[in-house]
Amino acid sequence: MDMTGAFTTELTGAEMVSRCLADEGVEFVFGYPGGAVLPIYDELFKQDKVKHILVRHEQAAVHAADAYARCTHKVGVALVTSGPGVTNAITGIATAYMDSIPVVIITGQVPTHAIGQDAFQEVDTVGITRPCVKHNFLVKDVKDLAVTMKKAFFLAASGRPGPVVVDIPKDVTQAKANYFYPENVAMRSYNPVIKGHSGQIRKALQLLLGAKRPMIYTGGGVILGNAHEELATLVRSLGFPCTNTLMGLGGYPGSDPLFVGMLGMHGTYEANMAMQHCDVLLAIGARFDDRVIGNPKHFYQEERRIVHVDVDPSSISKRVKVDIPIVGDVKDVLQELNRQLAAGSDRPDAEALKAWWAQIELWRGRDCLKFDRKSEIIKPQMVVEKLYQLTRNDDVYITSDVGQHQMWAAQFYKFDKPRRWLNSGGLGTMGVGLPYAMGAQFAHPESTVVCVTGEASIQMCIQELSTAKQYRLPLKIVNLNNRYMGMVRQWQEFFHGNRYSESYMDALPDFVKLAESYGHVGMRIEKPADVEGALKEALARKNDLVFMDFVTDQTENVYPMIPGGKGLSEMILV
Amino acid sequence: MRHIISLLLENEAGALSRVSGLFSARGYNIESLTVAPTEDPSLSRMTIVTAGSDDVLEQITKQLNKLVDVVKVVDLSDGNHIERELMLVKVRASGKDREEMKRMADIFRGRILDVTEKTYTIELTGTGSKLDAFIAALEQGAILETVRTGASGIGRGDRILKV
Ligand SMILES: Cc1ncc(C[n+]2csc(CCOP(=O)(O)OP(=O)(O)O)c2C)c(N)n1
Repeated sequence: MDMTGAFTTELTGAEMVSRCLADEGVEFVFGYPGGAVLPIYDELFKQDKVKHILVRHEQAAVHAADAYARCTHKVGVALVTSGPGVTNAITGIATAYMDSIPVVIITGQVPTHAIGQDAFQEVDTVGITRPCVKHNFLVKDVKDLAVTMKKAFFLAASGRPGPVVVDIPKDVTQAKANYFYPENVAMRSYNPVIKGHSGQIRKALQLLLGAKRPMIYTGGGVILGNAHEELATLVRSLGFPCTNTLMGLGGYPGSDPLFVGMLGMHGTYEANMAMQHCDVLLAIGARFDDRVIGNPKHFYQEERRIVHVDVDPSSISKRVKVDIPIVGDVKDVLQELNRQLAAGSDRPDAEALKAWWAQIELWRGRDCLKFDRKSEIIKPQMVVEKLYQLTRNDDVYITSDVGQHQMWAAQFYKFDKPRRWLNSGGLGTMGVGLPYAMGAQFAHPESTVVCVTGEASIQMCIQELSTAKQYRLPLKIVNLNNRYMGMVRQWQEFFHGNRYSESYMDALPDFVKLAESYGHVGMRIEKPADVEGALKEALARKNDLVFMDFVTDQTENVYPMIPGGKGLSEMILV
Repeated sequence: MRHIISLLLENEAGALSRVSGLFSARGYNIESLTVAPTEDPSLSRMTIVTAGSDDVLEQITKQLNKLVDVVKVVDLSDGNHIERELMLVKVRASGKDREEMKRMADIFRGRILDVTEKTYTIELTGTGSKLDAFIAALEQGAILETVRTGASGIGRGDRILKV
């Protein structure tokens, strides 16, 4: 790299961090100060290009940065101090890692001479983050700092994205060197494949066109790869059924008739049955994980042929053997598929497709998401359905936590656009909902941001109500309060003889007062008839954070459900 | 099945633990692992002996390739290759056994590197199974200490692993 350019100036490491962020075009840094990062905080204080957002717990800093990345297609940035700052951030980092979200986490470290001495607030950050990052760096020399920052952003965003940690000892932030922020970096050991193999793509297309019972299954990769338009073109020109994973919702319009709903453990009957019984499956940016296909032995069908498109070769043939692997950027591969389809004259077998759709409609007719609409007690599904009806034409982002409420949000909110649905699919981290909503609201200040949560999950990052107040974030929190860790209770009902061991949320706070004490608006809704009015009122309060505590049916379960270890067609239905 | 995997990786602090961490996190088996810098000091060459089904081996090579510090990966067992391991053995060598020990070392083309009145330290190079055979041929009570490097491997003929 040419370091002798005329643009070089001597800066301290801390100045460099701040300059790198500005040069990288970073809008927000979510963070929390401490001894090891004070020089960096001092530099942030002196500039106005990058806005620092002070959270109330480092976990939330990473979650918010992660959410920002999820809903913008930019890299999220978090800044935490050494030791406990880092350990608090780990849940956030692992959450981003499991969902392949591009985040750069800058961590303070004790001075280089103190490393390994069990110094105050020292942890082996590179060591403890290694299994849950795409890559990490310890910067030992200030001369390497700017290039390392560039590498971190490059690695986080390219190929299969993921979190990258840059650990910077305090003395490195105080040492000086020439500053030069490169436009690009090349790494001989890192060359993600972009272009799919056109021969493989041709074979895939032939297979798809010869299918009698085709199915298209897509995951978070389509969202991360910005390939939703190409996907819609392909699905519509073929007329094939399409399903999305929990991470992939919004990759294909949820209200489109070709969409058969989410698949997997709590997927729709029609999606799971079509997945199980198709003869040609096109998987795009998805990884056949256990929550999606259940038991791979049961999923296996002798005559089914599988095409798998993914940017990460290690995702292919990991859990399920595939017939045509295509490694490449999903957008690029889909463009090529569409191009070849349009250029050729072959079209799908219309007769067979008609029969296949007739079968799917029969499955759809099972109405697997039905629930008691006349209930005297508020049904959680009804709240999400109302929320959808009231906001479907708005510019809205929905975040969620983990549990039954998350599944109901995924089932009953129809996402027509990508990057509108933010939740922790891979790690299943309770507590993401509120910080995700913050990240989304910072990224889209004019949009409506709703967090659909449960009374257990929301308490895992409840302190962020304070952050939301400080920055006047008008979030809408829909708390589906069933006084249980509902999903745990459901498993105990199904698999542990109704022994509700420690799943009752005793001593709950009064959420209305809690919200008020943070300076927000609180509402408690107890009757089905009040649901719509409450949602309307809350949505109309454009400048307030409104915490809606819905008292819901404690006994409600999420259906359909595939018990762990079972196959896709072994669903428990209502 | 046993496989011998060769990789080139950036000679950076922590690169070794990325590889070993990958094997332990994903439950892959490591029979031996050797690593040292190459003629280009910015690169290290590592040889890993592992075992697993074809599916597992496919995942191992893919996961290794995914590590940002790893530059190249080959499964040497896919073709002809040479494999060598070094062993140092300290044996009891006194009285009438002393002559016998010397003879055994000669048969296996070992070299005696260090001699005391009661012991020999023998150096032996070869495939893992040759080293095993030497150990098996010795009277077990005579073995005082052994140290083995684990296998290093290289492709035969024109097969070259280079950046
Ligand atoms: C950090 C964390 N701890 C534990 C779990 C296990 N878990 C999954 S769902 C759940 C209950 C969630 O309860 P709540 O937030 O009230 O949602 P509900 O299921 O009632 O809708 C628990 C404990 C988890 N996913 N994350």
